[in-house]
Amino acid sequence: MSHLTDEQITALEEKARDVRETIIRMLVAAKSGHTAGPLGMADIFTAFYFHILNHDPKNPDWEERDRLILSNGHITPVRYSAMAHAGYFPIEECLTLRKLGSRLQGHPERDMLPGLETTSGPLGSGLSQAAGIAYAAKMDGEKWRTYCAVSDGEQQEGNTWEGVMFAGKNRLHNLTAIMDRNNIQIEGMTEDVMPLEPLADKYRAFNWHVIEIDGHNMTEIVSAVEEAKAIYEKPTMILAHTIPGKGVKEIEFDYHWHGNPPKADQEESFIAQIRESAKK
Amino acid sequence: MIPQDAKLSEKVFTDAIEKTPTRDGLGMGTVEAGKANKNVVVLSADLGDSTRASWFQKEFPDRFVEVGVAEQNLATVAAGMAAVGKIPFIASYAAFSPGRNYEQIRTTIALNNVPVKVCGMHAGISVGPDGATHQMLEDIAMMRALPNMIVIVPADAEEGRKAVVASAKNGKPTYLRFGRDKVATFTTPETPFEIGKAYYLWKPEKPNVAIIAAGHLVYEALLAAKSLEGKGISVSVINSHTVKPLDEKTILEAVKDAGAVVTVEEHQVAGGFGSAVAEFLVQNHPVPMEFVGMHNAFGQSGEPQELLHYYGLDAIGIEKAVLKVLARKSK
Repeated sequence: MSHLTDEQITALEEKARDVRETIIRMLVAAKSGHTAGPLGMADIFTAFYFHILNHDPKNPDWEERDRLILSNGHITPVRYSAMAHAGYFPIEECLTLRKLGSRLQGHPERDMLPGLETTSGPLGSGLSQAAGIAYAAKMDGEKWRTYCAVSDGEQQEGNTWEGVMFAGKNRLHNLTAIMDRNNIQIEGMTEDVMPLEPLADKYRAFNWHVIEIDGHNMTEIVSAVEEAKAIYEKPTMILAHTIPGKGVKEIEFDYHWHGNPPKADQEESFIAQIRESAKK
Repeated sequence: MIPQDAKLSEKVFTDAIEKTPTRDGLGMGTVEAGKANKNVVVLSADLGDSTRASWFQKEFPDRFVEVGVAEQNLATVAAGMAAVGKIPFIASYAAFSPGRNYEQIRTTIALNNVPVKVCGMHAGISVGPDGATHQMLEDIAMMRALPNMIVIVPADAEEGRKAVVASAKNGKPTYLRFGRDKVATFTTPETPFEIGKAYYLWKPEKPNVAIIAAGHLVYEALLAAKSLEGKGISVSVINSHTVKPLDEKTILEAVKDAGAVVTVEEHQVAGGFGSAVAEFLVQNHPVPMEFVGMHNAFGQSGEPQELLHYYGLDAIGIEKAVLKVLARKSK
């Protein structure tokens, strides 16, 4: 059963192209920041902000909202872009990323911008915070759900596994994590720097439900989240296999783009490529 | 002499004075705060009995969260809970929290500006026989350097209780420091307590030195003042339980009155409470100053009182520091 109609899929894919375009524009304007991760997660963040999340961009503090926690804060351009397109703040504000006085800090700060749930950047602590949020919600019998986007590189952090154990112990079925399994980190491929596999088996061993998906397929993203909602007694980890830099062939699969922005003379050609993909 | 409004125990200078660890204040305070506000929760990292977190657990099992031996998780789960309206007290040994989870406290509690109460238990050298690994002597420095963080170091169990109850209502990231060993409970429920407000414990007509103390050694400072009085040396004693924000008004008044100052703490001199006082005084009213504290050393195994004496942190050590600063003052 598909959870999306063909029209919804087309609309979400178009929205993801808008989100990617804004990512390129904001990084060029900022002259620093991370490119590969945000482009790779654009489809997932688009699915969340335009289909999955129960939220209200005009009322970001709405108590019944679903919580989306971003653990690997360095990919925040994708979150800012998706939030702006969803109506949290003007899209033009994205061009203030990383500039003095901006609400769009290089790594996201909850105190600065309504709609952010946590402050993040140092890796490995987002999942624990999400688990704390989900735990509190469960204590109070709240119906809203907690989602947490994590990276693969931060699976090397000890704090990650403390949080994984805690969520498993407490059977936080209201918690769904989604991992950007793009296989790159700053120094190279994850399996060379510090191997992570078998990730699915590891999570299952810690009493999580695990779903593996193509992180660029809207139907798979939405279906996995729907499946997670139906799993009781366990938190769910969605292992989303993604292409770092997805949408721009010069960036795709190249770990050198982890922490670098596109240059001004690349801006239009990269955006043209992103737009081109609509015709394929 | 003890000012009337300090309302100290009548048994303050007698052998009959009750002795309790300040950590009992964490147990009593969290139960009291928990009764007043259902959002108060306590998180523990496998040390519930010795931290006294188990007292809350007994009263409110549904609001007690066990995270296991995982201090990074202790801080971050609490940060998440605080982000959605809970008031978490997290209790572990100070050597591990904030010792091991400093970055998590910095990013997810202080910068994130959520009202988690970090309770550093078994702080100071008076942990005793466990030795240097467990004698946390750098936590005040770490915590007071953080923007947004309030830092409170209670002098006895009763003050610990009040500090917990008050911090449950302050809406801010807060560090509370407690000890393992018994210390005299010289304050009473009537003794005033307000976060950020220091007060006199000993106030002669014409003091020659102001002793400004925080934490376990406040009582030692009081003993030193009484002993010095017998020797014709007049000192004032201030209990500055809140290390951050400092009560600058009271400290300035006391230092102007006395013209010399000794700070007292069971912590490294580098970056600690005395440093906070010095940072303030050097800019506003520099006077001869001595620091009672650990001078760039780790501790070792031993009985608590034995260690305090060995490192010059007891009443005798405080008296020596007073004589030293007086000699400098008269030059």
